[in-house]
Amino acid sequence: MPKILLEMKEIVKEFAGGVRALDRVNIQVEEGSIHALVGENGAGKSTLMNVLSGIYPYGSYEGSIAYDGGECRFATIRDSEARGIVIIHQELALIPYLSIMENIFLGNEQAVHGFINWGKCRREAIKLMKRVGLNELPDLPVNKLGVGKQQLVEIAKALSKNVKLLILDEPTASLNDDDSQKLLDLICELREKWGMTAIIISHKLNEITQIADRITVIRDGKTIETLEKGKDDFTEDRIIRGMVGRAITDRYPARGECPVGDVVFEVKNWNVESPYIVGKMAVKDVNFYVRRGEVVGIAGLMGAGRTELAMSLFGKAYGRNITGQIFKNGEEIKVNSVSDAIQHGIAYVTEDRKGSGLVLIESIRENTTLPTLPRLADRGIINMHREVRVAEEYMDKLHIKAPGIYQKTGNLSGGNQQKVMLARWIYADPDVLILDEPTRGIDVGAKYEIYCIINQLAKAGKSVIVISSELPEVLGVSDRIYVMNEGRFVGELSREDASQESVMRCIMQSNAQKTV
Amino acid sequence: MMNEKKAADPAATKPPVKDWLNKKFLFTAVHEYAMFIALILIAIFFQWRTDGVLLQPINISKLIMQNSYILILAIGMLPCILTGDIDLSVGSVLAVIGAIAGTLIVNMGMGVGVTAVICLAVGLLIGAWQGFWVAFVRVPSFIVTLGGMLLFRGMTMVILDGNTLSPFPTSYQFVAQRFLSDVPMFAAIPYSTILVGVLVAVFCAYIELRDYQQKIEYNVPAGTRTALIVRIAVIAFVSVFSTYWLTQFKGLPIILILLAFLIAFYSFICRRTVFGRHVYALGGNERATQLSGIKTKWVRFIVFVNMGLMAAVAGLVFSARLNCAAPSAGTGFELDAIAACYIGGASATGGVGTIVGAVVGGLVMGVLNNGMSILGIGIDWQQGIKGLVLLAAVAFDIYNQRNKR
Repeated sequence: MPKILLEMKEIVKEFAGGVRALDRVNIQVEEGSIHALVGENGAGKSTLMNVLSGIYPYGSYEGSIAYDGGECRFATIRDSEARGIVIIHQELALIPYLSIMENIFLGNEQAVHGFINWGKCRREAIKLMKRVGLNELPDLPVNKLGVGKQQLVEIAKALSKNVKLLILDEPTASLNDDDSQKLLDLICELREKWGMTAIIISHKLNEITQIADRITVIRDGKTIETLEKGKDDFTEDRIIRGMVGRAITDRYPARGECPVGDVVFEVKNWNVESPYIVGKMAVKDVNFYVRRGEVVGIAGLMGAGRTELAMSLFGKAYGRNITGQIFKNGEEIKVNSVSDAIQHGIAYVTEDRKGSGLVLIESIRENTTLPTLPRLADRGIINMHREVRVAEEYMDKLHIKAPGIYQKTGNLSGGNQQKVMLARWIYADPDVLILDEPTRGIDVGAKYEIYCIINQLAKAGKSVIVISSELPEVLGVSDRIYVMNEGRFVGELSREDASQESVMRCIMQSNAQKTV
Repeated sequence: MMNEKKAADPAATKPPVKDWLNKKFLFTAVHEYAMFIALILIAIFFQWRTDGVLLQPINISKLIMQNSYILILAIGMLPCILTGDIDLSVGSVLAVIGAIAGTLIVNMGMGVGVTAVICLAVGLLIGAWQGFWVAFVRVPSFIVTLGGMLLFRGMTMVILDGNTLSPFPTSYQFVAQRFLSDVPMFAAIPYSTILVGVLVAVFCAYIELRDYQQKIEYNVPAGTRTALIVRIAVIAFVSVFSTYWLTQFKGLPIILILLAFLIAFYSFICRRTVFGRHVYALGGNERATQLSGIKTKWVRFIVFVNMGLMAAVAGLVFSARLNCAAPSAGTGFELDAIAACYIGGASATGGVGTIVGAVVGGLVMGVLNNGMSILGIGIDWQQGIKGLVLLAAVAFDIYNQRNKR
C-alpha cells in the first residue's frame, strides 16, 4: 500500500454572504501518483487548491489538511511552498521582460548577502531547464517564448523550490495539442524519475484518462466520487456522469405559451482572429440564427470562444480581421462599432460585470442609462427628472434590491449588479439580446429571477442568446442549443435532443476528430 | 466626496426638515462639503490673524484677480483628471499664448480682438495635438503633456527670443485688470455691480423654481416648499451681499464675470449633459463605457482640446494681468491647477470630482497664499504649507471614502 502524501478532510469554505464553495470535501493523494480533479466551472476545484496552497489561510476554512506526515496550517503561499507544495495557475505568473533564469529564481534568488550570484544562477537554471526539456538560452526574455515553453519555465520554477506536490490548474487550456502532449509527457516523466506527485485540474477529459492514476469528481462543492485506474470504470462517459449528475428539477421557470417567429438575426461564415496571438483564430467559420421570441443557448467549456464570438458580433469589440456577414430581418447589416450594434438593436450583457460592465463608482441611475442617455436628452442636455423616473421604473421591474437609485453599484450584491446590467440593456430596447454568463457568481434565488426575466424577454418577442458554462442552465432556459468548442460550432441540438451527455459528447467528438 | 453632490440631486436626497439636525444627515453634510467648510474656516482664521484685512473688499478683488488664471486652468484640468488623465503642459501653453499675443500686438501692432481669436484658435490646436496622441495613439497623457511642457516652453523662448514683451495696450489689459464700472456703458448706471448681483439672484431663483415644478411634474421627490424658499433666500442674500461688498472698493472685477460664467457653464456640462456623463463614465470604467457604445477616444480627445482652449484663455488673462509676455510665465502653474482639483475632491484614478470642487480647491490655496503674504510669511514657507494642505486634503478624502464603505 503506497503512502498517502496528502489528505484533506472535511474541508468547508464559506464566502461572505453565506455562499458555500466547499462543503465537506475529502481527498486523498498517494505519493508518486497523478491525481486529477474534475468538475464543472464553479464546482469548487480552484477553491480547494487555494485552500491547500495557503491562499486562503488557515482559519478561514474548516477541516484539516494532513501532508507528509504532519498537519498543515498554512498562513501564506510561502508556507506551503516551504513544504514543497507549488501551484501553477492557469494564468501564468511570469514577468514577461525578465529572462528565463531570472523568472525561475524569482523570489528565490541565488544570492549571497543580497548580491545575486549570476554564475550559480545560470548553472542551476540550465540544470532545471534540462530536467523540463526546455532547450533555450537562459538569458532569453520570457515574452519571446510561446505559451507552451512558458509553461515549462513555470514547472522549472516549481522544481527550483524542491517541489514534492505540484498542482496544475488547467495546464493545457491555452496550449495546442502538440504542446499539451509534451507537457503531459513531462509530468509523467517527472513522476517516474523524481517521484513527484501531481494534482491536475482539467476540463480535457481525454487527457485526464490518459495520465491520471485517480480522478476525484467535485460537484457543487462536494466530493462525489474518486475513481481509480484499473479498478473503476475509467472512461470519459463515466466521468461526465459524475460531473453533471445532478437532476434538473424546478430550478428553471416554465416558459409558458410563447410562439417562435421568423429568423431575426443570422450570422454567416463568421471568423475572428485573436488580437493577442497572431494567426490564432478565436472563432472559426461560425453560422447560426435566432428567431423572434426564441432563446438560443451557446454551450461549451471555458475558452471555447463563446465570449469572443459574442463580443466580435457586438460591434467588433473583440478581435481583428473579422470576416463574415450579419443579417437582421433578412437584410445584411454593417456593424463596425458598438454604437452601430446598439443602433441595429443588438445588446450584449458582459460576463465580466465588474471589469467591463458597470461603472462601480457610479449609482444605479447612471449605470442604467449609460448607453441610452441621448434618448433622455434634448440637444445633449439630460432631462434628469425623466432619468430618475426611468431608473426607478426599472429598479422596480427587475426587483433590484437597494436603498434607492442613488446607491453606488459597487456596493450591491452580485445578483443585484447583474440586474442593473439587465436593466441597462432592457431599457435600450434591443431586438437581439446576448447574455454572457448571466448568472455567474450569483446565488440561487437571484438566478431564478434572472431566468424569469429571460422568459419574459422571449415572450415580449425578443431574440435572446444565452451563453453559459453551466450546462444545466443552458439546457434549462434554451429552446435550441449550439455547442461550441475551440472556436467552432460543433453541434446544434433541439430542446428535445439536448441533454448534458449529448452536449458533452459533441465536444468530445470534435476533440477526438481533431486529434485523429 | 464632491461627486456625491453630483450623483445625488440635493432635493431628492434631502430629508424632511424635521430630520435636518439628525446626526446622520449632519455627518454626510460634513463629508460632502468638507473642503468648502475647510475654506470657510481657513478664511475665518486669516480674517482673525490679519485683523480683518483678508476679507476687505480691496483684498477680495485682489485675491480673485490673482488667482483667476489658476482657477481657469483648474476648470480645464478637472475633465482631464476625470478621464483619468493629467495635463502637465498648461503652464507652458499659457506662456506660449502670451508670447504669441505679445508678438502680434506689441511687435506687429495687430488688433486686440483679432489677436484674441488667433490665440484661442492656437489653444484649440495645441489641445488637438495633445489629444490626438493621448486619445488615438494612446500614449499616456503624462508623457504626452510632459513632452508638451518642454515643447511649448521651448517655443515660447524661440518666439520671444529671450526678451520680455511689454506694454500691452489698455484695451488688452481690460479683462484682467478692470472693473465693471470701467465699462463706459455701465459706468452711467449707478450701483451696476449690485444690479448684477440682483440679476444673478433672480436667475438662480428662476432655475430653482423651474426645477421644483418639473420635479412635481415628473413625480420625483421635490422636497418641501420651505426648503425651496430657504434655498432661494440664501442664494439671493449671498449674491446681493457679495456684490454689495465689492462695491465698497471698485465694484465687480470683469474677470469675476468671466470666471462665474466658466464655472456655471462647465458645471452644467459636467452635471447635466450627455457629454459630461460620458466623461465621468469613461473615468470610472473605460471598458464598460466603450461597451455601452460610447466613442471614448473622441470623448478623451475633446477633453484635451478643451484643456488647450482653457490654457489659452488663462494665457490671455495672465499676460493681460502682468501686462507683459515673459519667457518664464506660468512656470509651475500646471501643478497648482492639478493640486486644486485634488484638494477639491477629484480622484487620481478618475471618475470623481466636480468643477465647483476644483474651484474651491483653488481658492483654498489662493486664500492660504494671500493670508500668509499679508502676515509676512515668505514664499518658502508658503510652498511647504501648500504641499502639506494638498497631502492632508487627499488623505482626508481617502479616509472618508474608506469609512463610507
